Order: sequence, then C-alpha cells, then structure tokens
Amino acid sequence: MKTITVRYFAMFREHAGLDEETLTIDASTAADVFRATRERHGSAEPTGHCKVAINDVMANWESPINDGDTVLLFPPVAGG
Amino acid sequence: MMATPYCCFHPLPVADMIELTTSIIDPDELRKTLFDPGAGAYSSFEGWIRNENEGQAVLRLEYEAYVPLAISEGENILAEAKQRFPHLHAHCVHRTGLLEIGDCAVWVGVSSPHRDEAFQACRYIIDQLKVRLPIWKKEHYVDGHSGWVNCERCAKSA
Repeated sequence: MKTITVRYFAMFREHAGLDEETLTIDASTAADVFRATRERHGSAEPTGHCKVAINDVMANWESPINDGDTVLLFPPVAGG
Repeated sequence: MMATPYCCFHPLPVADMIELTTSIIDPDELRKTLFDPGAGAYSSFEGWIRNENEGQAVLRLEYEAYVPLAISEGENILAEAKQRFPHLHAHCVHRTGLLEIGDCAVWVGVSSPHRDEAFQACRYIIDQLKVRLPIWKKEHYVDGHSGWVNCERCAKSA
C-alpha cells in the first residue's frame, strides 16, 4: 500500500467535490490511481484525452507511483 | 544597443516567454516585446470569446489553469518552435478567470527574419498550446446552465 496525494482539476474537482485528498491505495501506476479515484467518486471518463502529472512533472498512465507522490489528474484540456 | 528589461524569474530573454494573467490582454503593447532589428516579419494570433458553441448561446467563459505546469509546458512549446525556426522570437499570454464575449483569451506573437517562418511558428505554437497546456474552460450559457468544454465529449466516447 502507498500513501499518495491526489489533486483534482476542473471537471474532476467538481465530480470529486474536493481539490485534493490523501489516499492509501494499492497502486503501481498512474492508471491504477485514476481507476481508483473514478471508482471512489463514481465518474466515468476514459483515460484517452485526460493527462496526468506526478510531483509537478508531466507523466503518462504507465508511470510508476511511489509512496508520498502527488498525482495531478487533468481532464481533457481546452486552452485557447 | 537598446536596453532590454530583464525578468529575474524567467530563464528566457524577455521576448521568449509564456505568461498567464487575470488582466486584459493588450496585443498592441505585447507586440513591442518582439521588436528585433533582425526580424522582417511579425505574425500573431488572438483567440476571442465568441457568443455560441455547438448551437448553444454562450454568455461568458471561465478559464482555469494549473499555473506551474502551464508555464513549464508552454516553455517547452516555445523552445520547440525556436528549434524548428531559427532566429524566432515568441511570446504568448493566456487569460484565466471570467471572460466576457469579445475578450481576448489568448495571444501568440512571433517575429522572425521572414514571413514564412513567422506564419508557421505562430500556427505551431497556438496548435500545441491548445492541446498541451493544463488549461480548462467552462462555458456559461444564456439559458443558465454551464459545462466544461471537451469534457462532455470525452465522457460520451467512453
């Protein structure tokens, strides 16, 4: 089990009802974290257009998760 | 040589930068940051808030950004553009917060020796910014409801 901080943005924040939370979960990759948070908050976005960052560095869904990491979950971006 | 203002928080020369702001974007002022005696061409792009999207009447837009990564990813995009187009200067500003119809949401300006690179670089930068920066927009519609742009489309394709 790993204790991580998950931060939610835009639509994800509204679905979760909070900016961030600390979770103790069995996760080896960023995809595992995303799956766990979707189950937890009952949202249904596919990972396809979403992005993830770990400790303020852009990552991908296969990126490994370590104890103490901060995982940033970004819904599909829409700048401009 | 003309004195150049130096921003101590930024690793790039003043013209080669990306900024996020809650203030009104003034393209006439911003273009001056790209003046360069070696540049024969200037090209810019302004993204404006329009009053409809996908058949819905839009009242205003709300932009949210995750600033640390929007800046670092924006710097990556400008560095890529400068690598593709030698002697390019590029500057970009994106608004955050609540914007009204007609407001400028994003400005990209570039200067280069010739027009071809200027057009291409400007296009490259705005296209990359739109798909890579952690920036989101929520549309507030005339009928009172609101929605995150693209997110609904993403959920539908699940």
